[in-house]
Amino acid sequence: MGLQRGHRARPLEWLVERGIFLVSLSAILMIFLIFLFVGREALPIFFGRTNSSLVQETIPVDKLDSIPKPKLKEYLGLTDSELAGLDRETLQELMALKIEGAQQAPKDKDADVNTTAWRYLLKPHQWTGYDRAEFIWQPVSQIHKYNIIPLVIGSLKATLVALMFAVPLALGAAIYVSQLAGPRTKEWLKPTIELLAGIPSVVLGFFSLIVLATVMQNLFGYQSRLNAFVAGIALGLAIIPVVFSIAEDALSSVPRSYTQAALALGSSRWQAAWKIVLPAAIPGVFAAVALGFGRGIGETMVVLMASGNASIVSWSVFDSTRTMTATIAAELAETVFGGHHYRMLFMIGTLLFVVTFLSNLAGDLIIHRLKGRLEGKR
Amino acid sequence: METTHRPIVVPAARAPAPGNEPGPPAEPLIKTEALALHYGQTQALKNISMEIRERMVTAFIGPSGCGKSTLLRCFNRMNDLIHNVRTTGQIRIAGQDINHADVDVIELRKRVGMVFQRSNPFPKSIYENIAYALRLHGTRARSRLADIVERSLRQAALWEEVKDRLHTSALSLSGGQQQRLCIARAIAIQPEILLMDEPASALDPIATARIEDLILDLKKEFTIVIVTHNMQQAARISDHTAFFYLGDLIEMNATSTIFTNPSMKQTEDYVTGRFG
Repeated sequence: MGLQRGHRARPLEWLVERGIFLVSLSAILMIFLIFLFVGREALPIFFGRTNSSLVQETIPVDKLDSIPKPKLKEYLGLTDSELAGLDRETLQELMALKIEGAQQAPKDKDADVNTTAWRYLLKPHQWTGYDRAEFIWQPVSQIHKYNIIPLVIGSLKATLVALMFAVPLALGAAIYVSQLAGPRTKEWLKPTIELLAGIPSVVLGFFSLIVLATVMQNLFGYQSRLNAFVAGIALGLAIIPVVFSIAEDALSSVPRSYTQAALALGSSRWQAAWKIVLPAAIPGVFAAVALGFGRGIGETMVVLMASGNASIVSWSVFDSTRTMTATIAAELAETVFGGHHYRMLFMIGTLLFVVTFLSNLAGDLIIHRLKGRLEGKR
Repeated sequence: METTHRPIVVPAARAPAPGNEPGPPAEPLIKTEALALHYGQTQALKNISMEIRERMVTAFIGPSGCGKSTLLRCFNRMNDLIHNVRTTGQIRIAGQDINHADVDVIELRKRVGMVFQRSNPFPKSIYENIAYALRLHGTRARSRLADIVERSLRQAALWEEVKDRLHTSALSLSGGQQQRLCIARAIAIQPEILLMDEPASALDPIATARIEDLILDLKKEFTIVIVTHNMQQAARISDHTAFFYLGDLIEMNATSTIFTNPSMKQTEDYVTGRFG
């Protein structure tokens, strides 16, 4: 026997520990790989390597032999293996098709515009037939219009409505359950609210499409039945359990001694909850809201079904709207694999990734600061 | 949220004399009659009848689980927060039954302050810790708040140490300072009675000595009831001592009598350290 360190003394525990560590790393790896894949598909857009203009330079078919391979590959949009697998005649035919396509291009000043350039993705443009510059997402029209601003606004609108609806409710419920409710009430109230999280979002979407939309329209009398407001409320229902659950945890983990001190000073239970416990739990509550935002902006099915899916730029919540997620879900199956529309959707996916990552990061930083301040380190 | 406070406790006429000789007091400030308390099926207090005099320090001693803290928490009805608690008998503070249905428990707690075993300042600034209770009870003017905060901190012998950092977090203070802040917070709203539940048990000897000095100082103005495990502490600071055992009040008398000439065998065994 001897005093051995670490894995030699308890090899089995050491193995288990390493094993668990690897498993936890694999979760990070998965997310990283997903991001890598999504990002890779979107890369050509980021670097301006896609070209969606309808009028493109063509190469006469008889020049097939004189152009270098890489250029031919790019011209026909083929990969190395595809190029190798095609015989001469097929290549000639493809080139002929290219020329034919260019000849059929519409007589339109916008036909030779590369609509996947950043300028057209972010800034308004006066398209043929429009009397002013506008933000337009119309990927399947003759001229592919890929302005993402309407989608970004749509996502933000629906998510903000959802947060405005869900946060007060969820927070109120969390304060009630953690601070005011008796043990009996708490016993059934908490699991019931958390049960909401178990409703599949397609069911929520269906409910809002059929029931909620009609009820709301009768109530508020707006014009388009499906809009950001209805989608936001439905989204709110999906967010409530998330925000509630985390906020309730945060409030419950505030030491009981604070409440006791407040009550002993003659606070009512409500005053103790509102003025002492809630401020002490602010980092956790903030985390709950940040997570709710992430869930809201990433949620797809509910908004796909309830938002009306019209990509309109407007700040009115009573207009139909179209979110980034719903766009990906609705359009991806119909795109040409590897085409500019396909890449554009992956670009939106990357954008979503970045937005949620940044919001989580900002949330973390703020939580850290708030915690430091509460603990007297700042 | 402004509530109209109905006086629930008629303030006892305070003796004008600055001294605090035991003298012949007219009426005890706190009086319990046949007080019993159950947690569910378990009886924690049995038939307690006692009197606590104004502007004195009364110490509750006894082994763990004897009910002394439970009794203390009856005086500001903190036991209300615990599920399944049932009390019978009466507690009168300045003649008024505090368990009566008409009693506003908030007003009661304003009159009967409490300091807990573990210091529990709010995670706010030192200033806000004290100002919180003041605002709660209707003091809003800034200058007045600042005055009372300073006065309370001076009374709690903390002012000199914190006057330059009133707006830093209370959690940055040491344990002893935190406990004195809690005392300052409790006395800021001018209670008549100050309940202390082992206020020094988590502190080092020096901090404990400061708290004890403070208690002796505060009894000029407040009636203090203190629960303690430390018999030397009870002997040093209290005027009266009550000894509890298994929910019974065994003996209550002047502190000197309890420690030198107790009438009950159990009390003698406990104070001489033979059990407990």
